[in-house]
Amino acid sequence: MSRLVWRQGPQPDVLVRAAHLLDPRRGLDAKLDLLIREGEIAAMGESGTLEAPHGAEVIDGDGRHLFPAFFDPHVHLRTPGFEHKEDLQTGTRSAAAGGFAAIVAMPNTQPTVDSAPILRSLRDDARATASVPVGFLAAISRNLKGQELTEMAELRDEGALGFTDDGMPVADAGLLRRAFQYQRMCGGVLALHEEDLALSAGGSMNEGEVSTRLGLGGIPSIAESTFIERDASIARYEGGRMHVQHVTCAEAVEAVATAKSRGTQITAEASPHHLLLNEDAIASSLDTRLKMNPPLRTEADRLAVVEALRTGVLDCIGTDHAPHSREEKEVPFEEAMMGTTGLETAFAAVYTDLVIPGSLELDLLIERLTAGASVFDLPISKIAQGERANLCLIDLGARWTVGEAGYESRSDNCCFAGRTLNGKVLLTIADGSIAYRERSLALSAA
Amino acid sequence: MSNLLSIADLSRKEIERFLDRAESFAEVSGREIKKVPTLRGRRVLNLFYEASTRTRSSFELAAKTLSAEVINFAASGSSVEKGESLKDTVQTMSAYDPAAIVIRHPHAGAAALVAGWTSAAVINAGDGKREHPTQALLDVYTLRRRLGALDGAKIWIVGDVMHSRVARSNIIAFQAMGAEVTVCGPPTLIPRGVEALGCSVAYSLDGVSDADVIYSLRMQNERMTESYIPSLREYARCFQIDGRRLTPRQILMHPGPVNRGVELSAEVIDSPQAVITEQVKAGVVVRMAVLYELLAGSGPSAITPDPSQPSVASERQPA
Repeated sequence: MSRLVWRQGPQPDVLVRAAHLLDPRRGLDAKLDLLIREGEIAAMGESGTLEAPHGAEVIDGDGRHLFPAFFDPHVHLRTPGFEHKEDLQTGTRSAAAGGFAAIVAMPNTQPTVDSAPILRSLRDDARATASVPVGFLAAISRNLKGQELTEMAELRDEGALGFTDDGMPVADAGLLRRAFQYQRMCGGVLALHEEDLALSAGGSMNEGEVSTRLGLGGIPSIAESTFIERDASIARYEGGRMHVQHVTCAEAVEAVATAKSRGTQITAEASPHHLLLNEDAIASSLDTRLKMNPPLRTEADRLAVVEALRTGVLDCIGTDHAPHSREEKEVPFEEAMMGTTGLETAFAAVYTDLVIPGSLELDLLIERLTAGASVFDLPISKIAQGERANLCLIDLGARWTVGEAGYESRSDNCCFAGRTLNGKVLLTIADGSIAYRERSLALSAA
Repeated sequence: MSNLLSIADLSRKEIERFLDRAESFAEVSGREIKKVPTLRGRRVLNLFYEASTRTRSSFELAAKTLSAEVINFAASGSSVEKGESLKDTVQTMSAYDPAAIVIRHPHAGAAALVAGWTSAAVINAGDGKREHPTQALLDVYTLRRRLGALDGAKIWIVGDVMHSRVARSNIIAFQAMGAEVTVCGPPTLIPRGVEALGCSVAYSLDGVSDADVIYSLRMQNERMTESYIPSLREYARCFQIDGRRLTPRQILMHPGPVNRGVELSAEVIDSPQAVITEQVKAGVVVRMAVLYELLAGSGPSAITPDPSQPSVASERQPA
């Protein structure tokens, strides 16, 4: 059974000419022609050497980069129940426009994805409407209440990629322990939103100097790190496997590093906004697009997260794409919903703010944007002959202003809105099908 | 200046301009007929999303003394209870063409948001736990009258600093006027990183005898149920200003309403050192000054006249 589902389009033959191919895991870093036939990478050769088969699309890759397509382990598609924010169609189009050829959807919908029939209907919906392959996580606890386990085995049989109560922590350590025990039987990684609600209650931003100035309730970094420490201990004791969602602060990085050094089966992700922004941005504007959970932290925390992504303490980038409608954000900061959209800006924002200034190598960025697949035991996209074509073509020199041309997402609560970024996704190919093509991308038929 | 959203937006000079204007209005308040025609024909909208006695009534008195029409809007009993958003309420009320909107809201940043949705001058009458700029102005006004100047004055702000917008605005305003500020209270009620605002922190009243001014904050009962403090009894034992702690040369302030027997003992409330009723009186003239400076004030920072309105200058009256 495939745990990723989507509405796959036709698989045209495509010849990308003279693009700069970069797949750091394979040591591939060269300007080559690349030919896709029947959804596979059929050939790669010196630029100008490959012949386009009759009827193939020919794309001029000159001056552009072709990367293995990205994987997002953390997306909110909001369906069912919150279709005014996002649905499978708009959310997956947004993913494709960001260079993602597969994403993982969170179950904190209404109703919650906590039973096989709900999961089945969602997967059917994705087969009819999704522009990129989607894996669905099911809830750990019924209705995310943290009281009773979901029918994990049945959910796995129905296609659940793993489990999470994302948006909420699993506060009851006993319940989490049972989930790890059940995991031994049915598999499926547990993705954990780490937050001790007793420490974060009443908070709407990071606790510290800025929250003090603004008179806002604070969410201390220890609300995150103490739960990571607790859960890693439980996972280790039970031989369970966990993935820490959205790591944001130095203490949390340290907790993940310690767990890894002890041999705990633990992976972790960082979001673009926590890699690039800090709480100071809130001080000047109280912009509700900067309100997320976990919150933007201090500059020192941000640097710790960047360093952890570099060294591999954090395995991958997950956008935590969290669309909200305008009326949910056009309110005072404390009343606003938490979250920012992120699929369409993930690559360009990190490229612009970390790669161009030299804080992160382009190779590493590509690795971290693709590594999320291995968290769920899925193959990482590769550029190699015989591989399924999962690719994205990006013009690193193209500059664009976020939001100026609207969004593919139904929502516009993007924390990078108005920023001018470098790096534009021109083409996304998912499993050999063209999932996204930028309007201006010229192509010619052979 | 077209809005008053935060004390942090004001320079010392600008604060002093409000105070000087308030001085000139003090004479009006002393008259038998307390009315000047300065804002005749203009509307002031009081938009209150939280209960308020002295702030709302003093804004109303200030506006009426300046001959403005006053519309009072309280969230309870209004369309807000039917689920109308802040934005829609503000845009609806703006259709009545108020010259100023005075807003009190339980959440930080609300006044700044409102300013983006209306062409009226917006005055922050308290936004969440963030700021209460007119309270700070009236406190500085009261102190300036007593001390002449705040330069070098040692001011202790005592109590629940964490949940107090008055404390936040006053830390900024007192320091802008040259005073040295110490905040004092139990560590659970002193917000993390408050030193960044430039003040000192004390966890006991041991050094309070050095203070020239003690500014006591209201201690709310719910802080006990939320376990910020173990009991009001113990709090009073540690942090109550009483006759033993208050020296004759000190000035005692409180923003009201007072919890008698908790943060202040009855004897100090009624002592000559207490300027609590002077603060209330100052509330009217300072708010007159704020309305005047924003709506009729002259000089480079005066508001640009709206072409659809009669000229501001033609209505200007000598204060």
